[in-house]
Amino acid sequence: MTESTLNPEAAIYREVIPAGDWWVHEIKKGQTLRILDLEGNQAADTLFFSAADPTERYSADRTIQEQAALYLTTGTKLMSTEGNPMLTITADTCGRHDTLGGACSRESNTMRYAHDKECMHACRDSFIRGAQEWKVELTKRDITCNINFFMNVPVSPGGGLTFADGISAPGRYVEMRAEMDVVCLISNCPQLNNPCNGWNPTPVEVLIFPS
Amino acid sequence: MNPLFERTLHGAGMWSAVVSRGKRLRLTDLDGGSNVGMLLYNALERTERYNMPDTLKGQHIFYLRAPYCLHSDMGRLLASVTADSVGWHDTVCGHSDSARVLAKYGANNYQQASNDWNRNTRDCFLIELAKWGLGKKDLVPNLNLLSKVVADEEGNLSFVPENSKPGDFIELRFEIDTLVVLNTCQHPLDPDPVYRHRHVKLEVFAGEPPALDDPSLTVRPENLRAWENNQTYHTLRF
Repeated sequence: MTESTLNPEAAIYREVIPAGDWWVHEIKKGQTLRILDLEGNQAADTLFFSAADPTERYSADRTIQEQAALYLTTGTKLMSTEGNPMLTITADTCGRHDTLGGACSRESNTMRYAHDKECMHACRDSFIRGAQEWKVELTKRDITCNINFFMNVPVSPGGGLTFADGISAPGRYVEMRAEMDVVCLISNCPQLNNPCNGWNPTPVEVLIFPS
Repeated sequence: MNPLFERTLHGAGMWSAVVSRGKRLRLTDLDGGSNVGMLLYNALERTERYNMPDTLKGQHIFYLRAPYCLHSDMGRLLASVTADSVGWHDTVCGHSDSARVLAKYGANNYQQASNDWNRNTRDCFLIELAKWGLGKKDLVPNLNLLSKVVADEEGNLSFVPENSKPGDFIELRFEIDTLVVLNTCQHPLDPDPVYRHRHVKLEVFAGEPPALDDPSLTVRPENLRAWENNQTYHTLRF
């Protein structure tokens, strides 16, 4: 747990993302992004792309490889597919964030829960729409394994993996400093079939602080 | 049964091919300690690809072994592990690139070493992907077959050396016509400071799609539902 020294009043940008919505925005090198879990136990599915060349994007596997550890917290460098640090987590009052669980999709919901869950809103649809609305149109191919801020996906030494109850709470946040100009794409997860949102999707707030 | 196809890869060998539904690919570690980096795509719908998160969360497992399945990002199965003498195959550690290989093993380029030069997994993937019209956007978290990495309670990872012994193997049955892209570069967390040129034998065998009581479909209800999605795809497509 590392608290931030930044005062929310110093933010140059603030936006509340309702549950089930997407948000796409550029964060300049040196600026800090804070994601605030307003009501607790909300999963913020997040992707990053290099603003200069979106072919370079967040890499879950490279981030895991670089720190030889699964969970993201203060000090974690969020690595790109080209092996460059994109952002560094500088504050975290939640303590652990997931990058194994990926995003929900209508298709994977049929596999995970039941065929009749196909109609339910899912993160990949939000990611697709957000990606299409960026200045350079991005597509499904650009949407890869994401970060789930505030989500708890413990792996046991025996190799089991579960979606556990969240360890976040109202007012907890994670902060990261951009090491390059990045585009951030968030799907504020609408999943109702597992505990990632405490079965109650709620808004998150994003704040951007100047360098 | 005689294989339909056989090839032995040496060192950082590469291979890509479309293998149709029902056929089985067997990978045998001839020297021990080998690693096979692998990516899979639906051969006809190449934006559909192996998906690490859906494979893990769909089966509540952090690694692969028989009889578990390899899931795509479209709620379907690409392949099932039908035979496996190893018992643990890494899914989360990704691949090396040229900078990492240079830092770890030192300079050993083609000019110096001819075909015994130090290749890296990322280049091998990108080279083979390009031959099928795919590229950097299609390079997603890959499998590291034959390699074992374990996590402690805090999520810290440890590479387990010599997880695969000489003669160990894994066999995959494809559940959809699949583009297979693989190479035999080292695992990115393998601490061995020597760049070893190991041998892995590939064999493809004829086979049939599974019956409903197949262990890969019964091990998890999620796998059966994914299989039902495959059936729908095949009914509509062919």
